[in-house]
Amino acid sequence: MPAAISYRPRRLSRVTDRVMRLALWGLALAFIAVLAVFVGAILKQGWPVLNLGFLTRMPETLDAGGGIKPEIFNSLYLVALSLAISLPIGLGAGIYMAEYAGQGRILRFLRLCIETLAATPSIVLALFGMIVFVQMMGWSFSIRSGAVTLALLNIPVITRVTEVSLLAVPRELKEASYGLGATRLQTILKVALPYAATGILTGLVLTAGRAFGESAILVFTAGTNTSQTFPDFRLTVPGETLSVHLWYVTSDGTLPDAREIAAGTAAVMIVVLLVLNLSVRFLDRFIRRRTR
Amino acid sequence: MLSPQTPETKPVKLSVRNMDFRYGEKKVLDGLSLDIHAERVTAIIGPSGCGKSTFLKCFNRIHEVSSAVKVSGDMQIDGVDIYRGGIDEVDLRRRVGMVFQKPNPFPKSIYENVAFGPRLFGVKDRATLDGIVEDALRKSALWDEVKDRLKESATGMSGGQQQRLCIARALAVNPEVLLMDEPCSALDPIATAKIEELIGELKENLTIVIVTHNMQQAARVSDYTAFFWLGKLIEMDLTERIFTTPRERMTEDYLTGRFG
Repeated sequence: MPAAISYRPRRLSRVTDRVMRLALWGLALAFIAVLAVFVGAILKQGWPVLNLGFLTRMPETLDAGGGIKPEIFNSLYLVALSLAISLPIGLGAGIYMAEYAGQGRILRFLRLCIETLAATPSIVLALFGMIVFVQMMGWSFSIRSGAVTLALLNIPVITRVTEVSLLAVPRELKEASYGLGATRLQTILKVALPYAATGILTGLVLTAGRAFGESAILVFTAGTNTSQTFPDFRLTVPGETLSVHLWYVTSDGTLPDAREIAAGTAAVMIVVLLVLNLSVRFLDRFIRRRTR
Repeated sequence: MLSPQTPETKPVKLSVRNMDFRYGEKKVLDGLSLDIHAERVTAIIGPSGCGKSTFLKCFNRIHEVSSAVKVSGDMQIDGVDIYRGGIDEVDLRRRVGMVFQKPNPFPKSIYENVAFGPRLFGVKDRATLDGIVEDALRKSALWDEVKDRLKESATGMSGGQQQRLCIARALAVNPEVLLMDEPCSALDPIATAKIEELIGELKENLTIVIVTHNMQQAARVSDYTAFFWLGKLIEMDLTERIFTTPRERMTEDYLTGRFG
């Protein structure tokens, strides 16, 4: 046995511990500060523009004083439609990967495909959507072209989130279910999915937020125009969203008040995302209380 | 407890002959043969890693859920082969219930935990479910403690209560056999005593197989004891005989703490 090992507390390790804690705390603070400045700047510029008229008027093409009523509607409508398409597919694929597919080569290949799809730049999806849906299918710039292409952006994320959330379900709970004579499907529906619900929900909101802010895909598939009737639920009309509008008015440059409209639009987007995230927090806490 | 002077009157419920269990390339259980009688408590003891838990899980095929395994030889329940007799594994698991090492209640209410099994089999009628839940909770000696808070979450109960809830949950689907995998290893002595008392009551109309690390527990609760070592059955006999006059030197050494 070696004789002289000192087990006295080492000063240095305590110092590094404290330094690390301070550094991490500082980084977190810096991040919050950047975020606060960022959101503050957007809201400060947008606030003077924000009024009921701006939110409820139709946009103008040449004159100042246009609103963003249809853009708000189109944004929410497109996000909802794209989720309606991608949720069943992504959920199904995620369940398959977590619960049915074995550990083999096929699963690894499938996962690689999904991760690649998730990492595909949205401009690539945008051009794909334009070629396939807008041109080949003849759907032109429309809500349906936009919703389907946007769904392609959502599917890999929802799939991955579902898979990861399901894999995090404790084995003991699944065993308990099987032990009572539950089938695989019963175990998934009654034990695994309720447990994974909060994780899936969080992923869903991230997906919705990303889809809400997406511009490239929608410029090339849903177009930069909007229907003159409101609300227009038809899938065949073009549907310019908030983020597309923001991009369009600043790059087109025919509107005299383009800067103000852009600032107001950005502020509305930030507020919508904030409300979305907060409501999910509450929903998450509600579900967690009921299922854990 | 069964004594050597009285002959066994209960039929064989589970019968095992020349059974091997392979996990991948590794042989975990080797040439096991034993009989488990109905309405008796059979304890399986042995050092860690001797395959007792694995053996237990073979009776309801629950290991098949998570990994590919290979069982050869015969394992029968009421004379029908568990692996090749055309038994549906889902139905088998209903008949052969299981209580796990760590209490694993669902993150649902106490009531929903017990009702989970019956609901799987289509019991929807509220009054029927209420009856099943009360009956199962009474059998697991939990009813008086929880009857006023059936709607509360099961995860807020103490460990011992959770484990008795898991027993109630298993009883609710009316099993014929109850497998218990070290059910008291996470519990304090008082909770352990309650579970042991319960085992004595439940064997009235259940076949119980219990894996335990605790030799005193085996001596207290079981009629038969099987001693496993490195995947082999060294000796199985009436508990009274195993603990007083074991035939094998190895059993005696293990029981007296000379190895293990």
